[in-house]
Amino acid sequence: MFQVRIHGRGGQGAVSGAEMLSVAAFLEDKHAQAFPSFGSERMGAPVVAFCRIDNKEIRSREPVLEPDALLVQDPSLFNSVDVFAGLKADGYLIINTTKTLEQLGIEEAASKLAPGRVWTVPATELAIQHVGRPSPNAGMIAALARACEGVLELDSVAAAIRKKFPGKVGEANVIAAQAAFDSAKVTQSTK
Amino acid sequence: MLKQMEGSVAVAEAVALARPEVICAYPITPQTHIVEGLGELVKSGKLENCEYINVESEFAALSVGIGSSSAGARTYTATASQGILYMAEAVYNASGMGLPIVMTVGNRAIGAPINIWNDQSDSMSMRDAGWIQLFCETNQEAVDVHIQAFKIAETLNVPVMVCMDGFILTHAYERIDMPEQEQIDQFLPPFNPRQVLDPAHPVSMGAMVGPEAFTEVRYLAHHRQLQALEVIPKIAAEYNAIVGRDNGGLISTYKTEDAETLIISLGSVIGTIKDVIDVRREEGEKIGCIAIRSFRPFPIAEIREACSKAKRVVVLEKCFAVGLGGMVASNVRMALSTQPLPVYNVIAGLGGRPITQKSLHKLFNEATADTLEGLHFLDLNKETVERELERERLEGCSGAVAENILRDIGAVAASKV
Repeated sequence: MFQVRIHGRGGQGAVSGAEMLSVAAFLEDKHAQAFPSFGSERMGAPVVAFCRIDNKEIRSREPVLEPDALLVQDPSLFNSVDVFAGLKADGYLIINTTKTLEQLGIEEAASKLAPGRVWTVPATELAIQHVGRPSPNAGMIAALARACEGVLELDSVAAAIRKKFPGKVGEANVIAAQAAFDSAKVTQSTK
Repeated sequence: MLKQMEGSVAVAEAVALARPEVICAYPITPQTHIVEGLGELVKSGKLENCEYINVESEFAALSVGIGSSSAGARTYTATASQGILYMAEAVYNASGMGLPIVMTVGNRAIGAPINIWNDQSDSMSMRDAGWIQLFCETNQEAVDVHIQAFKIAETLNVPVMVCMDGFILTHAYERIDMPEQEQIDQFLPPFNPRQVLDPAHPVSMGAMVGPEAFTEVRYLAHHRQLQALEVIPKIAAEYNAIVGRDNGGLISTYKTEDAETLIISLGSVIGTIKDVIDVRREEGEKIGCIAIRSFRPFPIAEIREACSKAKRVVVLEKCFAVGLGGMVASNVRMALSTQPLPVYNVIAGLGGRPITQKSLHKLFNEATADTLEGLHFLDLNKETVERELERERLEGCSGAVAENILRDIGAVAASKV
């Protein structure tokens, strides 16, 4: 089973991101379960969403406590939420940022992860450029398809985006997702 | 047809397959997506011959439902939490008048303190209101059980409440095998009401009944619930024959045959329990679980039979009667009154607290060692409780409990006034 936890803020589409991940997995004939952990439903409040992907029926309903991949849609959450809780040592960390790990103040936590497991992607900038809105979710799940090889194909992610957002908005998000897939890169501490 | 979709949207599609003629809608988290989904199906024309009525409250939602069902229309509504409390009088009226309304409850805690998250206190508050209550483990079960609910209700002239865990199911995207319209049309004939309000042939319904007849009317309500013990499995079998899925019935069992420890629960937590059971089975432990699918009527005989070889029973439930303990455990103890085996009662998942596999393993360790208390609160923070009791001992005006606890755990920084 591959387990994903998405940290975002209300309005950033973390829940939709998890849902699209599950649809992408479904399109690859896998079983998937996506669900949110709602707090106060307001713009800007911390939001957590989960997605599990497996080749057999998924029965457990507990939150994702030990994620294989952590998607951080807003790096300011590092200061207020225990984002790293339960992240496996060989887990992936994918951050929506243009900053370095030092600038984010997480070089120590990131250094505990296996080599090649920390990725950054300017998902918000790409969304503004291609969608006209600061909605990083499509780019983030595309970055996951790039970073976590063998979990999901980009084509499935694109198809899931089109299903969730039919028409022009979906097409724009698919372009943003492709750009995020291409520009996602492994990041390590410069020290 | 296989789809990956949200539980609420799946339930909306399933209800639409049953061709309801009146839907009374009032939003309350976490069931809102269901009635929104149905609203879209009506507006788009996909669900035909259905009047979608926006009402001003939950009391109105079910009151309108009582009217439309009395007039012979297949009627659906949905609610949760404080919503079902607000419609409580109508809940009793619907069953008392024998109206086969189907209502979803997206299970959520009841305040105060206000809490939007999942537990099953709302449905359980109406457990004795004369409705059939069916609990769902998965969204696939919710789809299948909703469709069966209309047939059960209309066969017995009893309203049916379909209970599904809020957020955990209502907001979960998962794989759904949606039945085809032709299958459901074959399974579920048009509603043929036993009683109809018709201006051309005026009658009274819900008339006053005095001491001379009230007991008999009530007894018949009980009798119909006992009939339901046969009707519910029969309808599940009919559904299985057409749709090909064995969802429904009174209980479901998992690895119970040789089980010495039996976990009894209801709703979505059964899935987590099954995963824990598999791990423990690999280590050689004889453990299994029973999902109560029908809580009303309560399947006494089935539970007795399923527990006949067990050495101990653990009833895990997401609600409790303050001052007593779990309602489900009380009912299970009644069913097992002739079998001398320990029944441990565990209250878990209140107000959305996650029920984790880790906590379940610890719990089942204590249960199999027979060191568990008779009434246990899973993951209760006893230190926090003790500190509040200490404050109450020391201070005459120690303040509101809920706010004190929030301050104690650091969830709010606000200082005490």
